[in-house]
Amino acid sequence: MNFWNDPVAFIADWLSGIFAGWGMPEFWSNLLVFAIGIFVLIAAIMVVDIFLVWIERKVVARFQDRLGPNRLGPYGLIQPFADIIKLLIKEDITPRTADKVVYNLAPILSMSSVLILWAIIPLAPLAWGVDLNVGVLYLVAAGAIGALSIIMAGWASDNKYALLGAFRQVATMISYEIPMVAALLIPVMLAGTMSMQGIVEAQTFGEPGVWFILVAPLAALIFAISSIAELGRSPFDLNEAESELVSGYHIEYSGMKFGMFYAGELLHAFTFGGFWGILFFGGYSVFGLETLPGLQWLSSPFIAVFMILVKALVGYWIIMWVKYTVPRIRIDHMLAFNWKILVPLSFTLIMLVAVLNKLLLGYGTLVYVAGMFLANVLLAIVTIMILGAYARRQRLAEEAALQIPARAAGD
Amino acid sequence: MTAEQIIQQILFFISAALTLGSAVMVVATRKLIQAALWLIVSLFGVAVLYALLDASFLVVVQVVVYIGAIAILFIFAVMLTQRDQRDKGPQLNKSWVLAALVGLATFGGLTFLVSSWTGFGAAAAPIPAGTVDMVADLGTALVSVDQYVLPFEVASVLLLAALIGAIYVAYNRK
Repeated sequence: MNFWNDPVAFIADWLSGIFAGWGMPEFWSNLLVFAIGIFVLIAAIMVVDIFLVWIERKVVARFQDRLGPNRLGPYGLIQPFADIIKLLIKEDITPRTADKVVYNLAPILSMSSVLILWAIIPLAPLAWGVDLNVGVLYLVAAGAIGALSIIMAGWASDNKYALLGAFRQVATMISYEIPMVAALLIPVMLAGTMSMQGIVEAQTFGEPGVWFILVAPLAALIFAISSIAELGRSPFDLNEAESELVSGYHIEYSGMKFGMFYAGELLHAFTFGGFWGILFFGGYSVFGLETLPGLQWLSSPFIAVFMILVKALVGYWIIMWVKYTVPRIRIDHMLAFNWKILVPLSFTLIMLVAVLNKLLLGYGTLVYVAGMFLANVLLAIVTIMILGAYARRQRLAEEAALQIPARAAGD
Repeated sequence: MTAEQIIQQILFFISAALTLGSAVMVVATRKLIQAALWLIVSLFGVAVLYALLDASFLVVVQVVVYIGAIAILFIFAVMLTQRDQRDKGPQLNKSWVLAALVGLATFGGLTFLVSSWTGFGAAAAPIPAGTVDMVADLGTALVSVDQYVLPFEVASVLLLAALIGAIYVAYNRK
């Protein structure tokens, strides 16, 4: 076993060797090694999370033509630590009428619903928490726990703004879960497995071996939209609409409890960036270059971890780009967009991809990829045309109702 | 018994106690929302039991369907309909003795039936690692003609009927 090819197994073997030297039975030493592995993974993620605060503040500053944090340390890199100290020494307030246990449990659940997602993220060819054969469904189940934590926070705070915010957020989450699951089904169909590891491998070493963004760009788009809604970020941030609800479900939380929600939200966005990379952009693969002769060294686990982090950061940056560019939409528009556009579109897409995937597979990679891509584009164009026709009809009906003389054709 | 089996036993007893205890709390607590939250704890305990049986698909489906959809819907319904979320009436009615008797008789009868089964008390055979893809097996079983295709299709028709019914009830003809 070589450290450079499989560092996780190497370190695990080394540790269990040490524990065996102390006279520990194999079962207990394995358990201890797993516990250490979980601890190290979570600690590493939390350290990344600290810097996500800095990244978020720097990026939003750039979008708003400001500088962002720049006083503490080079480029303001020490600013997040100052923020943490501030959050830790703030007074911890629990409202008198709050349900104490539920109120304190909600931020913990919120954070852990994000952290458990990292169990299934394949970081490198041989480095992952667990290769679940139901990985995609696990992603949805973790989202369910996130929704639960939000409704717990909103209810336990005993505050009408918090409750309204929680209602809006959970309504968004359970509606957008449907197109999200439908969009998730498409990589599952293409890869023939629900395991994240299997999906990554199918995009590099599979039958056509191309990234699923080329085969199903529309699914990638639907997944991106519905994951932004799931995150409750702008344009779907009705849960914390400042002008209406002050700050939504976490209005009563102070200090580190608020910090848990905040850090959880940032980490959730980063994690979904990572899942976007895994499901549609080949995960840890270096653009498929490692399958070429002479470039096998690119499949090193260290390069793989670097690639997955880069892809997650690009996804996170796109989520921020949308958040700080697009204004909030109204709740009826948000629900109509989901139920009347995304849900039918994603179901049509599933049928289209399922049929074409079987039809085109025998005709070589180029025909397959081009056919799938064009089918997606065609479906998108048809959708836009139907929507345009519907909007025109509605506008004409409104104008007729207001008795405005209809404009001449071609206007 | 190996250490692994002992730990599995301990986990089983903890999750069984959690499931049953929180199920009692569902009916014992006076706050309706707390009852719904205890229900979630109970459903989560069942998910842990599935996990101990290596049924990964059932674990995630239990969480997605029961916690993510049904329990959240319960909470929504309670919050939107009840003005005061505390129950003030008596928690037991006159026939509680009868109900307790029926419950005990059912439990006793089931225990008797299961204990007369030959596999009772035997350790489960371990599933050979890496050879069976249980999700794929489940999928094939649901759509193959000589297995469960008919119940599967009937269930999907039932769901479709429920969907249409819900739309009909909620549809507001202008």
